Amino acid sequence: MLLDSLFNGVAIGSVLLVAALGLAIVFGLMGVINLAHGELMMLGAYTTYVTQLIFKLPLLKPYYNAYVIVSIFFAFIVSGVVGILLEKTVIRKLYGSPLETLLATWGVSLILQQFVRSVPLAYGTGLVISLIIGLFLPSVFSSKIKESIKFKYVKFSSWIFAALAGVLSGNLISSSVSKLSRASARNVDVTAPAWMRGQVEILGTTFPKTRLMIIIITLISVIAITLFLNQSAWGMRIRAVTQNREMSDCLGISTEKVDVLTFGIGSGLAGVAGVAVSLLGSVGPNVGGNYIVGCFMVVVLGGVGNLLGTIFASFGIGIMTDLIGAGRLLSIWPDMPLPLSNTINFFATTSMARVMIFALIVIFLQFKPTGLFPQKGRMVES
Amino acid sequence: MGQLPNLNEFMRISRRILAGLATASLAVSVTSCGGGSDTSGSFDDTVTVGILHSLSGTMAISESTLVDTEKMAIAEINAAGGVTVGGKSYKIDYIVEDGASDWPTFAEKSKKLIDQDGVPVVFGGWTSASRKAMLPVYESKDAFLYYPIQYEAQECSNNIFYTGASPNQQSEPATDFMYKRSPAAGKPFFLVGSDYVFPRTSNTITKEQLKSLGGKVVGEDYLPLGNTEVAPIISKIKKALAPSGGGVIINTLNGDQNVAFFKQIQDAGITPSNGYYVMNYSIAEEEISTIGPEFLEGHYGAWNYMMSIDTPESKKFAADFKALYGSDRVVADPQESAYNMVYLWKQAVEDAGTFENSAVREALVGQTFDAPQGPVEVMPNHHLAQTVRIGLIKPEGGFEILEETDGVVYPQAWNQFEPSSKGYACDWTDPSKGERYKL
Repeated sequence: MLLDSLFNGVAIGSVLLVAALGLAIVFGLMGVINLAHGELMMLGAYTTYVTQLIFKLPLLKPYYNAYVIVSIFFAFIVSGVVGILLEKTVIRKLYGSPLETLLATWGVSLILQQFVRSVPLAYGTGLVISLIIGLFLPSVFSSKIKESIKFKYVKFSSWIFAALAGVLSGNLISSSVSKLSRASARNVDVTAPAWMRGQVEILGTTFPKTRLMIIIITLISVIAITLFLNQSAWGMRIRAVTQNREMSDCLGISTEKVDVLTFGIGSGLAGVAGVAVSLLGSVGPNVGGNYIVGCFMVVVLGGVGNLLGTIFASFGIGIMTDLIGAGRLLSIWPDMPLPLSNTINFFATTSMARVMIFALIVIFLQFKPTGLFPQKGRMVES
Repeated sequence: MGQLPNLNEFMRISRRILAGLATASLAVSVTSCGGGSDTSGSFDDTVTVGILHSLSGTMAISESTLVDTEKMAIAEINAAGGVTVGGKSYKIDYIVEDGASDWPTFAEKSKKLIDQDGVPVVFGGWTSASRKAMLPVYESKDAFLYYPIQYEAQECSNNIFYTGASPNQQSEPATDFMYKRSPAAGKPFFLVGSDYVFPRTSNTITKEQLKSLGGKVVGEDYLPLGNTEVAPIISKIKKALAPSGGGVIINTLNGDQNVAFFKQIQDAGITPSNGYYVMNYSIAEEEISTIGPEFLEGHYGAWNYMMSIDTPESKKFAADFKALYGSDRVVADPQESAYNMVYLWKQAVEDAGTFENSAVREALVGQTFDAPQGPVEVMPNHHLAQTVRIGLIKPEGGFEILEETDGVVYPQAWNQFEPSSKGYACDWTDPSKGERYKL
């Protein structure tokens, strides 16, 4: 019973956590209010769908069972690249002006939603492929070529090559997978491979396998991002820029590169969250919008700029959702006084549980406005 | 409901004034639309009707299928010579407006269609919220809305014509079936729905009905629209139904929330093979193919029309739709309702001999039509008498029809299980009865 409740809480929390992780980095470390975060998740979810269909082709059919794993990497790359493009074209110009960023990213979110509605997914995939090639091909060349004056022509021609590759791959996909060749506003469905469906029994309690899979995806993402931020050189640079941008700049850290990288990773994680979300429900243009409020709630409650806070906040909200929403307090303490049990019953529906949790968070933030784990130390901004 | 007599009085006066205005504006629309758009040349004139559904936003997926069906019905009528009124043949033209899944927009576009375009009739709506938003517009202008969706009733407007099922034509027979004749007969019920007016009203009715049948409702939960986290609901269902070895789940979730629900209950072992049976009020052929029959197999649905009905009318309806829009498309109950209402309007207009509202309204009651589901008839309460069917969802998609009522079920605008409306009925043919009178 208790185990069941705990598992449910962790399961709900891990969906929140994986969705909020990317935002915790983008919002927490860079201070960018990215309202298009949900749409980057949606791109990840659509990537899962496209990958699933591609793995149904005769050539890849034997590996069908592995498509979810593959799509995690694809989703990371797709959302990451779109995020990088977003940073380079929109957000870079707006650092330091949160209101404009908010409006601009909201606009981007609308554009992305309408994009998946009105562009056939095959050509969307082609476009993303050409973006990947166009952004990364120039960096393959040696530094000698890069420094030459002619490099802009190299860059230009690599974009032409990218466009060609995009059109070709778009056509190829659209001709081989008919479901992707037409634009459609209707929601699509990702079906988990057989080994991920059903449930497993641990310690006499049964757990749905997809939920376990999401918990594993979340765990791996959290561990990977923590290791990256704390152990790698680039992670160190990211943290340095977060703490003191000017000083880092003076010391020779390319803050521009750090910004791109941070935003790219944050967006990529949104893509991974998209894979997780696609396993739970259907995939549609609005799927991201359902999660964005929850993501901001988690990041704010956890304390901006702190991954540990995000983790605690999401599991906290998850467990609370289950405790209140499923009316578990009643089964723990069955003979509580009538007025109290009536109150608990009143809140024991999904809608009311949400109201209750928001109220609790608002009350909590009255006392600790900076969240569970506020950033300590001297920050330039503060 | 207390100020009802006043409302009637007001409407009687305003109707007289507005009827004049309506004919005037109609004349304008008829003349202004004639000529240019009439390509075949075999019509004397053109009449323009309004189609108002969501073509963007969340509801677009469902509502666009209605636009397709209404266009098909109009094209069929035109191909058969159009509408003949007063010896003149009219070609039906239409203006499609987008309600954008936003309820105030529905009201706004209704005003536009009535005032600016002067249409004699609007076919539109899907969600109850959109209908509730449009209702005052049609009542104040004495215009006419045809609404094609199965809904919670407890409403009976003189200016709306409801061709979908009322609860006694869908949820009541379904509850009866689940409680008495399903594999989970006699087991407790759990009610799940999206958090808005239709599921809540429908479930209130179900609870009252079960009370009188002697059944038990062990739980009830509503998912806020847009939310797909069903884990707490699943644990509640398990806790409530597991002690009796399964039971019945009445599902009134909307749209894509169903996908999340069925994916996750299957993973949690809430399946027919474990004794849990879901009766769905919002899942038709279209939804079965989008959610995936592998998740829905063995659960139930209740509708007036099902694509698997084995009659020439039903087969022709499905075949015509596929021929027009693609072989992968399906037809379902809401589309059939939308199809019927266009034909019923045509018949009423022809019988009335005018497009003028109050005459059409009078001519409408008593109209019969050989619909794809079988014969239907317009009742004095502006609802349709129609057949009710219970279907089992097949592994390959679609329904296997298990039960079918003998003949039509008469619609009740005011529910007879719900205490607040028990003993009331609606009759617009008799001025002394009107919207709500005591039986």
